[in-house]
Amino acid sequence: MRNLFRFIYRHNFFFLFLLLEALAIALTASYQHYHQSFFFNSANILTGRVYTVADNLGSYLSLRQENKLLAEENTHLLNMVKDNFLITDQDEFVKEDSLYRRRYHYMNARVINNSVNRRNNYFTLDKGRAQGIGPDMGVITTRGIAGLIVTASENFSVGMSLLHTDFQLSVMIKKDGNIGSLRWEGGNYRQAHMSYIPPHIELNRGDTVVTSGFSTIFPEGILIGTISDWEIRRGETFYTATVDLALDYNTLAEVYIVSNLLREEQQELEGSVIPGN
Amino acid sequence: MIGLRFRYALLFLVLVFLQVLVLNNVLLGSYLNPQVYVLFILILPVAIKGWFLLLISFVLGLSVDAFSDSLAIHAASSVFMAFCRPAVIRLVAGRIPDDGPLVPTISGFGGFTIIFYSLILIFLHHSLLFFLEIFRTDELMQTLTRIVLNSGFTLVFVFLGFALLEGFFRDRV
Repeated sequence: MRNLFRFIYRHNFFFLFLLLEALAIALTASYQHYHQSFFFNSANILTGRVYTVADNLGSYLSLRQENKLLAEENTHLLNMVKDNFLITDQDEFVKEDSLYRRRYHYMNARVINNSVNRRNNYFTLDKGRAQGIGPDMGVITTRGIAGLIVTASENFSVGMSLLHTDFQLSVMIKKDGNIGSLRWEGGNYRQAHMSYIPPHIELNRGDTVVTSGFSTIFPEGILIGTISDWEIRRGETFYTATVDLALDYNTLAEVYIVSNLLREEQQELEGSVIPGN
Repeated sequence: MIGLRFRYALLFLVLVFLQVLVLNNVLLGSYLNPQVYVLFILILPVAIKGWFLLLISFVLGLSVDAFSDSLAIHAASSVFMAFCRPAVIRLVAGRIPDDGPLVPTISGFGGFTIIFYSLILIFLHHSLLFFLEIFRTDELMQTLTRIVLNSGFTLVFVFLGFALLEGFFRDRV
């Protein structure tokens, strides 16, 4: 036993290396349990504060552009206000009934940290559990999908960007409703790829791609981008289309967090039919 | 005169904040994200105790990880780099005599040796880092491109850092 200790002590450099490396790899490989391992991320008190201060300084530089985007959005919303429409059918009346059920709820938040140049990109938001934000909520902007909340602390939350290896999104071509799967394949952060488009579909440059309603996280019809190119890849039988993303992820600032209020019910029901879903 | 320990502590903070607040946010291209914080591991004293070298590198990597939402990939690569450091120093500079340079600097080691020394360690660090980031073997070419391009860019920044810090660490303790 003493010899063993002496051996370890003599080679302490090597054994300490093994120990620390194993610890680091274990922390990394516990990715599946990301929700539990939120001590070392940008949502904790110290790192969140630092990013808030840095963002406060940096946000002045983009005020003009932000104002322009907000004005555009205001115009868009004003156009949807009821007062803009003439009432044509005087016989119509409103009744309180159960015809409408709220399905999606929106909150706004600010991106205080963000990246686009890694293979797996994340962003940090300035709202957290205290404001009702939790894992698996969607993060969208007026120009597209930003990502998905993976973990939240009291006042901050971290989202997995669409620019991430593990982010796959069910999308459809707006004009004919054909469904495909969108994934960012690295490289240019302004382009992603939509796969599994049946080859009999006629594609055109400029076709709009929006979210399909198959996701339990994002509402249907959110703009993603436009198709710029397509091909049948070697060994595949479906088209893979290059999609120019409408959202510039490098200028992400104001976002909306969308929560699907009926998500659990849907998943529970689906889980009872398809085991392991 | 400020103590050497205090200087290293200061450099630690400056490099971590430079990395997470500036370099991680400056867009140099879709693939480029130089990891300049490794300069701290490179510039630690030559005769530093092995266990301390490993521990401080682990803490350094974990600090960067905490800000980058990258789990512990920077910690893993930094510890690996620290583990290789003594062997690489022996390789590029031979056995350092007792009256030799205490800190790896351009004047102490020579510019060529510093570049060679940094390049090997940066390449080892980046190889592990970018493979751990993607954690899969497809997209191999893309990962290799990332490793090579970023190693080059990090080296440029690190050499600039060595040049800037020349006076900061030169005087003997």
